[in-house]
Amino acid sequence: MKPFLEKLRQLYPSDRLYEDNARLTPYVSDGLTVFREKPIAVVMPLDSDEVVDTLKLCHEFCVPFVARGSGTSLSGGSLPIDEGIVISLNRLNRILSIDPDNRTARVQPGVINAHVSAAVTQHNLYFAPDPSSQSVCTIGGNLAFNSGGAHCLKYGMTSNHVLGIKVALPDGEIVHLGNDSLENVGPDCVGLFVGSEGLFGIALEIQLRLLPIPESFRTILASYDSLEAAGEAVGTVVASGILPGAMEIMDKLAIEAAEAAVNAGYPQDAEALLIIELDGEAAAVEAEFTALTAAIEQTQAKEIRIAQDNDERLLIWKGRKSAFSAVGRLSPDYLVQDGVVPRSKLGEALKEISRLGSESKLRVANVFHAGDGNLHPLILFDGKEKGALEKAEALAGKILRLCLKLGGSITGEHGVGVEKKAFMPEMFSEADLDAFKRIRQAIDPHEISNRGKMLPGHEAPALSHSGPHPLEKAGIISRM
Amino acid sequence: MLHNISETALTPEYSGMIKPIESCVHCGFCLPTCPTYSTMGDEMNSPRGRIFLIKETLEGRMDPSEIEPFIDNCLGCLACVSSCPSGVEYGELITPYRAWSESTRERSFTEKLQRFALLKTIPHPSRFRAASKIAHFFKPIARHLPKGFGAMIELAPEELPPKHEFKDHYPAIGPQRGQVALLIGCAQQALAPRINAAAIRVLTRNGIEVVIPKSQGCCGSLAMHIGESKEACRAARKNFDAFPTDVDAIITTAAGCGSGMKEYTHLFAGQDIEEQIQANAFSSKVMDICEYLDQIGFIPPKTNDSAEIKVAYHDACHLAHAQKIRSAPRSLLQSVTGITLLEPAEWEICCGSAGSYNIEHPDTAKELGRRKVANLYDTGADIIATGNIGCLAQIEFHSKDKDTPIRVVHTVELLDEVDRKERC
Repeated sequence: MKPFLEKLRQLYPSDRLYEDNARLTPYVSDGLTVFREKPIAVVMPLDSDEVVDTLKLCHEFCVPFVARGSGTSLSGGSLPIDEGIVISLNRLNRILSIDPDNRTARVQPGVINAHVSAAVTQHNLYFAPDPSSQSVCTIGGNLAFNSGGAHCLKYGMTSNHVLGIKVALPDGEIVHLGNDSLENVGPDCVGLFVGSEGLFGIALEIQLRLLPIPESFRTILASYDSLEAAGEAVGTVVASGILPGAMEIMDKLAIEAAEAAVNAGYPQDAEALLIIELDGEAAAVEAEFTALTAAIEQTQAKEIRIAQDNDERLLIWKGRKSAFSAVGRLSPDYLVQDGVVPRSKLGEALKEISRLGSESKLRVANVFHAGDGNLHPLILFDGKEKGALEKAEALAGKILRLCLKLGGSITGEHGVGVEKKAFMPEMFSEADLDAFKRIRQAIDPHEISNRGKMLPGHEAPALSHSGPHPLEKAGIISRM
Repeated sequence: MLHNISETALTPEYSGMIKPIESCVHCGFCLPTCPTYSTMGDEMNSPRGRIFLIKETLEGRMDPSEIEPFIDNCLGCLACVSSCPSGVEYGELITPYRAWSESTRERSFTEKLQRFALLKTIPHPSRFRAASKIAHFFKPIARHLPKGFGAMIELAPEELPPKHEFKDHYPAIGPQRGQVALLIGCAQQALAPRINAAAIRVLTRNGIEVVIPKSQGCCGSLAMHIGESKEACRAARKNFDAFPTDVDAIITTAAGCGSGMKEYTHLFAGQDIEEQIQANAFSSKVMDICEYLDQIGFIPPKTNDSAEIKVAYHDACHLAHAQKIRSAPRSLLQSVTGITLLEPAEWEICCGSAGSYNIEHPDTAKELGRRKVANLYDTGADIIATGNIGCLAQIEFHSKDKDTPIRVVHTVELLDEVDRKERC
């Protein structure tokens, strides 16, 4: 490792290369703190050339690396790799160009999601993918995990909003995927790269597609006496032929937490809350609104509220988007899950999650993208209690298996990372996994790019506190 | 967040540090509003990074000396508290941690001298006046002095307003609605006595009797926020004795003092029970001038002047983040005929003044100061209003190179019934 570090020191001044304990320690985790691993170094490149030079060095010495933005991953996607380095892209944070006529923007990977929309709002445009962490998370991370958000029900995930990418492959070679316009020929290489969880290198420049800001919004809150009833209401709304911009559900615990965090004005007596937002041209939204109110009347909604102005609307969303972190007010520790079920199975899935929760004697808060069946059960536990983390992990596993059984997926938008790696063989066949592995090796034969994430194999990361990971104990994962 | 801090490792006055660590979920929502993260861009200079480092230190896995620079870099602006969905009270961690680590800290002679100079001049108006005069002579050589001293001299005002003597007591005008005691403050008394003079006029005109305890002194916030808790306790005790307990409120016109005095409960945590009770009683009376005026129902000045003025309101961190007071000053200003309120971009980002931060970390403070002034000037305002003397001085200082510097005033000055022409 010494010769590698010596060369790295030639590349970076000491204020952009961290090797000491105090500077490395805050990088041991991302948004999922149960996994911790100390890198051998953190580097802070200022431009694309420095990233490329770093990758060439990693390739030469076969040193694994992980690219990191704001470190908000909930699946351990930007967890450092043992004996590897962290490439922090926070200073590659420039919006390179904005083309309002063609509705595109070219950005560096360290640009914060919400900053894109802020920069183009003067042209009446915005960047549609809106993960709840959009005020913090970076475009590079959105690309790696194909991030969604409340409004991807209507507008699609990140992959639907990326036109072209300038990529530094794991050996430092530069390739251009896709192009600058909406039309593309040949295989969808952008589609392959987006959501690859950092296995194929680092995006240096990203051509984003922008959308005109909807002319009109209608945001409705409907409260229900049970989570199941709210889940079923989603089916009723969809069956009425409306495609809302977003359809979200929060249960009582999530409402309580979000309300404490931002005073969003949610009804406090509801067991479940359905948030529906219509957006688009004013006349169309009004027509949809009439149809939507009729549809909701058929459900068992006990109260309906409508946002009176844009401030109220923004507050409703602020509450929803703060909900994950706000749950920290209810419990010292929690695990966020990200399973997906077919929309028609929502009610069934929620009922079963609730049953599994009481069986494990653990509280489960639910806040999720109901419109696309993307569940986010938050399993609350107290890490100070002996065996509590293991119990929570076991429940998380049961919930993921439930999603698979119902025909869904282990992840909707948070990614596999290290957290759900052990479940990949349950979702994919051996042949599928083998195909993944061969694609990966064709691009990165030494597997240095974000080694140990998403695909099974390779060592499990070091764990936070007390001995082996529960999945390790169960023989599902292992360290080499 | 999980931690392994042994409950016996911390004495009662420091055990409050555990709760903020437990409440942090490491989500990163604090990052974009943290002034050091937004200028330096690295994790150890972010709130969640510092929380993690403090956790490791309290667990005994790191030595306090290893994390010193990153703890020192923190402005204590508490923007992270405003942006935290999990409700982490970061202030209840950073302030006691600074005091906890100070006891074992080895400081260089220059550092010690600088801290001594700070604590022995700023809180004492007469010494502060004398020091400002001396500083004036050193201005030509300021940049050759150690950084902190250089900054002290550079920031020292060109000239101070004449000394203002306050009476002990100002009766309410018209029917009396209440009685308050006013903290005159230390640096503010030397830099801008006009602020308290305006506050007294506004209060008395609103039917409030104002008492000014003669033997009062500095509130101790400056010392408290740099880890000198003993010095802070001494200052607090002096005011416990000086202030009457039978008033409706203890009013301050400086956000930094207000937030510090509201923190006395934490300052005296784990100490003598009698003093804890005294600290709680004192803290519960403390109110910012705007908070109080808004609560009693402020009667705006009557005026026939139809002049319109555009006011950019700058949120002082220790008012907005630490005391969570944002709407009161705005609604007060909006109640005054002719005032249009403007909101600058990045309201949550600190101006870099932060107590003595602009002396101890002049480079970061300058970057933040310039950024704040640019945002304020972009609003096109005629005048800038804020609720803290530190912010006021910092904004004025970084407006110096502007062709036509915009006047910076305390909110209460605009609520005072003065000639509009004087305002702009």
